[in-house]
Amino acid sequence: MTDQLLWYTTRAAGAVSLVLLTAVVILGVLSALRFKAAGWPAFLTTGLHRNVALVTLVFLGLHIVTAVVDPFTNLGWVSAIVPFSSYYRTFWLGLGTIAAELLVAVVVTSLLRGLIGHAAWRVIHWLTYASWPIGVIHGLGTGTDAWSAWFFGVTCACVAAVGFAVVYRLVAGSRDPLAAPRASFRSEVERKSEP
Amino acid sequence: MSRLRLLAGPDLSLGAERLHAHIERLGPPPVVRGALIDVLETSGLTGRGGASFPVARKWRSVAHHGSGPVVVANGAEGEPQSLKDRVLMSTRPHLVLDGALLAARALKASQVVLYVGEEHRASWAAMAGALAQRPEPELRRARLVAAPHRYVAGESSAAVHLLEASIASPTSKPPEPHIAGVGGAPTLVQNVETLAHIALIGRYGADWFRSAGRRGGAGTVLITIAGAVPSPGVVEIEAGTTVREVLDMAGGSDPAARAVLIGGYFGAWVDFTTAQDLALDPAALREHGLGLGCGVVGVISARGCGVCETARIMRYLAGESSAQCGPCFFGLRALADACGRIAEKGSNADDLARLHRWARDVRGRGACRHPDGAVTFLQSALHTFAPEFSAHPAHWRAQAPGRGVA
Amino acid sequence: MSKHLEIAIDRIRCDGRGLCAELVPELIRLDDWGYPIIAAGPVPQHLISHAQKAVASCPVLALALRQAERRSRE
Repeated sequence: MTDQLLWYTTRAAGAVSLVLLTAVVILGVLSALRFKAAGWPAFLTTGLHRNVALVTLVFLGLHIVTAVVDPFTNLGWVSAIVPFSSYYRTFWLGLGTIAAELLVAVVVTSLLRGLIGHAAWRVIHWLTYASWPIGVIHGLGTGTDAWSAWFFGVTCACVAAVGFAVVYRLVAGSRDPLAAPRASFRSEVERKSEP
Repeated sequence: MSRLRLLAGPDLSLGAERLHAHIERLGPPPVVRGALIDVLETSGLTGRGGASFPVARKWRSVAHHGSGPVVVANGAEGEPQSLKDRVLMSTRPHLVLDGALLAARALKASQVVLYVGEEHRASWAAMAGALAQRPEPELRRARLVAAPHRYVAGESSAAVHLLEASIASPTSKPPEPHIAGVGGAPTLVQNVETLAHIALIGRYGADWFRSAGRRGGAGTVLITIAGAVPSPGVVEIEAGTTVREVLDMAGGSDPAARAVLIGGYFGAWVDFTTAQDLALDPAALREHGLGLGCGVVGVISARGCGVCETARIMRYLAGESSAQCGPCFFGLRALADACGRIAEKGSNADDLARLHRWARDVRGRGACRHPDGAVTFLQSALHTFAPEFSAHPAHWRAQAPGRGVA
Repeated sequence: MSKHLEIAIDRIRCDGRGLCAELVPELIRLDDWGYPIIAAGPVPQHLISHAQKAVASCPVLALALRQAERRSRE
């Protein structure tokens, strides 16, 4: 009975993590787009983005712990840390390990933003665009439910949402009104070599 | 009146004075003793780059904040109306180099950089040629670096930024360059005219420097006279000379002229009659809420229009924003647009109210002093040309560059 | 012991997102172009926690709370 509980918890926590992470990515895109509306101030977008990311880590932690502890899967703690080191579904699980570690790196650097500075933080934050799709593929490859209707439907909805958000972001370009004039001025005062 | 010290010697039309003639005329560069900073303090020399900052105080700060400072001779001269630095560099380059050498030795500098406007070809050639003639190791190792042809490229932190990162845009302070600049070392950014004065003070002393000057002013100053005068150009005067006396040196000006622009685009308009008796000395001008700046005195002709000239200059200053700070880029553009509307379409209460409001909003909210300078210029125009601003007809009578004020 | 803090801003980093003005409107308002105008002087004691939230919320780390010092000319 306990085994079944662990197994169900792993699958459920994994699905919830996927949905929450999807929400985090979309909120991040909204933040970059400087989304604002009546009753929806800018700080709400960034605040939700940060807090939902932390909640995601909780469910992700639950997902990983229940998976490792479950006697059925025979996963050691090592496989939760070293990618592709498990016997059980080596490749797909390894992807999950990678996705989780990328996410942890992003969250830790965000919490320490003041120490590492904005420029370094920004570069590392781009890893989210790797973490999310790797997590999705892990879910489709590892999960017993992968091809069950409900999980497949949820995954499709998440992919559609993130796909739409990312395409919109790419098309919209920079929302910084100074980006173009700043670059123009910069190109005029840049001197690569001395005459 | 005219008192030649920096510009003494062979006729300026003969071009750059060579090293042997320079030494024959003035003697070798003086030996630096530690007391040079004290001598500069006694002389009361202030910077000629625009801020009129006491030179000794800046040197003490550089000496205090770390070792291996960098000396940057600033000959960018981005102010469009100013010609003095170009004249000095192209005819008396060794005075500038002597001053840079004294600074390097007194401050134990690790490097010397000559920052010359890329478009000042004659100055460039003269400084390069002069450097090649010098035997001193500090000058043999000195670098000649081109300042891009933009207004803010001559700002101290922009000069430092160019040397650090090859981009001549102003940077956020703190830290100020004289505390931490090139490579984190304290950096002395000093105008070339200031260095030339130092070259002579080093030879003849503080009392000699102060022996010139009237009405409480000390030493001599290079002034660029521009605009509606018969003979515009660069003159060297005793500090404390009045605007009237200086304009006489340029052949007089139309007594019906409306106003004088003191300090260039970074300065302020003064009503013509009031300006006549103003003494061209930083301390005296400060008492009237004005600044000597880079020493440009520009006269607007009697047929010119203060509103239109102001609008033209505001358009220029807005275009010279480095676009790094929102209040400067958008604020100056909005101010320039409002001035332009008043100039072209006639006065209206809304635009006048906007000018006053935005000027207050923009001041002090950039990373450098560019928006502050533009706002000071605009507010002086609103004050000096108050009647014209409130009743301006729809016309456009700004002078083309080269005539009028610029 | 009371702290004397003031809000410092890096004007070049700031790109006018406006979260700061949302979180401490008593001290920060936006100009006509969306950039912050910060009230001069030390932060009143009862607003320090709000100022801290505003500083932490800045997406580009343009704000900081610094020890208020007398402006001295170098």
